[in-house]
Amino acid sequence: MVRFLKRSYIYLLFVFLYMPIAVLMVYSFNDSRSRGTWGGFTLKWYGSLFRDRTIMSSLYSTLIIGVSAALIATVIGTMAAIGIHNSRGFLKKLIMNITYIPVLNPEIVTAISLMILFVFARVRLGYLTLLLAHITFNIPYVILSVLPKLRQLNKHLYEAALDLGSTPAQALWKVIIPEIMPGIITGMLLAFTLSIDDFVVSFFTTGSGVSTLSITIFSMARQGINPKINALSTIMFVFVLALLIIVNVRQARDEKKERNGKIGAKKQVSPYALEFGDS
Amino acid sequence: MRRQSMMPYLAWMLLFIIVPLLLVVYYAFTIPSETGNVWSLENFTRFFEPIYLKVLWRSVYLAVLSTMICLLLGYPAAMIMVGNAFTRKSALMLLFVVPMWMNFLLRTYAWLTLLERNGFINVLLSALRLPRLNILYTNSAVILGMVYNFLPFMVLPIYSVLSKIDKDVIEAAGDLGANSLKVFMKVVFPLSLPGVVSGITMVFMPALTTFVISRLLGGGQFTLVGNLIEQQFLVVGDWGFGSAISVIMILLILLSMAIMSFFEGEESEVALW
Repeated sequence: MVRFLKRSYIYLLFVFLYMPIAVLMVYSFNDSRSRGTWGGFTLKWYGSLFRDRTIMSSLYSTLIIGVSAALIATVIGTMAAIGIHNSRGFLKKLIMNITYIPVLNPEIVTAISLMILFVFARVRLGYLTLLLAHITFNIPYVILSVLPKLRQLNKHLYEAALDLGSTPAQALWKVIIPEIMPGIITGMLLAFTLSIDDFVVSFFTTGSGVSTLSITIFSMARQGINPKINALSTIMFVFVLALLIIVNVRQARDEKKERNGKIGAKKQVSPYALEFGDS
Repeated sequence: MRRQSMMPYLAWMLLFIIVPLLLVVYYAFTIPSETGNVWSLENFTRFFEPIYLKVLWRSVYLAVLSTMICLLLGYPAAMIMVGNAFTRKSALMLLFVVPMWMNFLLRTYAWLTLLERNGFINVLLSALRLPRLNILYTNSAVILGMVYNFLPFMVLPIYSVLSKIDKDVIEAAGDLGANSLKVFMKVVFPLSLPGVVSGITMVFMPALTTFVISRLLGGGQFTLVGNLIEQQFLVVGDWGFGSAISVIMILLILLSMAIMSFFEGEESEVALW
């Protein structure tokens, strides 16, 4: 009985979490524009979604900025993590505290401070400012994903490589980087996702003419309900779900392989669990 | 030697984190005059006018209320999921996380569809011959939006701390004669406090500073501190006042984090990473 009550409570929470998304998805196939009535099945909202110039161009901007910001942030962040890992004392503490600023600061404060900087420095608001802003809030997450991998690294690995005759650069590229690769990839995926999901910082640091998907959704949603947004939500949700399933299936397969292979190998944390996990 | 590899990062952070924050402080403490900007506290004294204090009060009130609701809903959920009511725990946690990977704006927008006058909930209610619910563009809708968006932030850190509690400790408390209520009050809850504190911080901070939820679900007239800042920068163009509010906001956050870390155990990083 208690078990039944416990289960029902969790199921109710899931209804609360999923009902809005489910309703949104169902209405994306509704032929009648009014939400109260069901006018029959249609795909016309998907058609008009793909013909919508504004949405398509903001999707394009979102992907371009997401990919480039993630790549640049990964390079700078990985280098920074290696540097931080090798520094000690006050300097290390200071840098870590600076790293946490964008993570802990309210998004809106990060957003307006960057906007002030760009306007102050007379940089025209647009693609460039969006990219710079996204890199800025992405780097700390890359660092925080790479650092744990560096801590797990065997200290003598680097020295061993040098002893065996490799140059420091070779030791870095052939030994250290491959070892911390899972952390780097996690950081990059996290950065890409954060970039795509960001609204607040983009909203303040973009200029006329350049709009990300989040900004477009915001300006459409402000004018009330629009079935095209429902169609877009459905596509995005299915996409995210597929991605999550792929990542988790891969992870489960890897774990199985590891269990069959060497015992005691470190479990690799899925990037999609990272933000909330206890890695 | 390898320390040099963090130079690009340091330069980047100096330019895009430190300098912008200094600019915010500079604008907050100056006002424009004919001879250029002069130092002044006017932007701060303005914030203490009743009309703005009311906005601050409303923001704090709504943030506290939704944090409490998240805690009341989330703590039992985390406990149940740690317990033995379900067998596939990782799948369960995944189900909790999935909605969060949907775009934040779309999740908030979804509630517009549900709550509006002829929306899904009202259609359902009238089909059941129940009275209609008109909470869109009110405090309740904003709280609902906050709870919906931030609930997983409460559940996950509590879950992660609870799942690490040594089962033997709980058994020992039982063997020593504590009933289940006492075990909870004296053992489980105190041990889970770090998770509760991170959960509260992770819900309270975004709830206090949001301007999207209040704008979409609270309607155009609805103002929280976040909306006030947004207006100063994008509508009014008063950077000084906007910066001053931001500085106050940062101080508020630092204050609440100081209070929270007072309650927090050693495992302060558990929940975030």
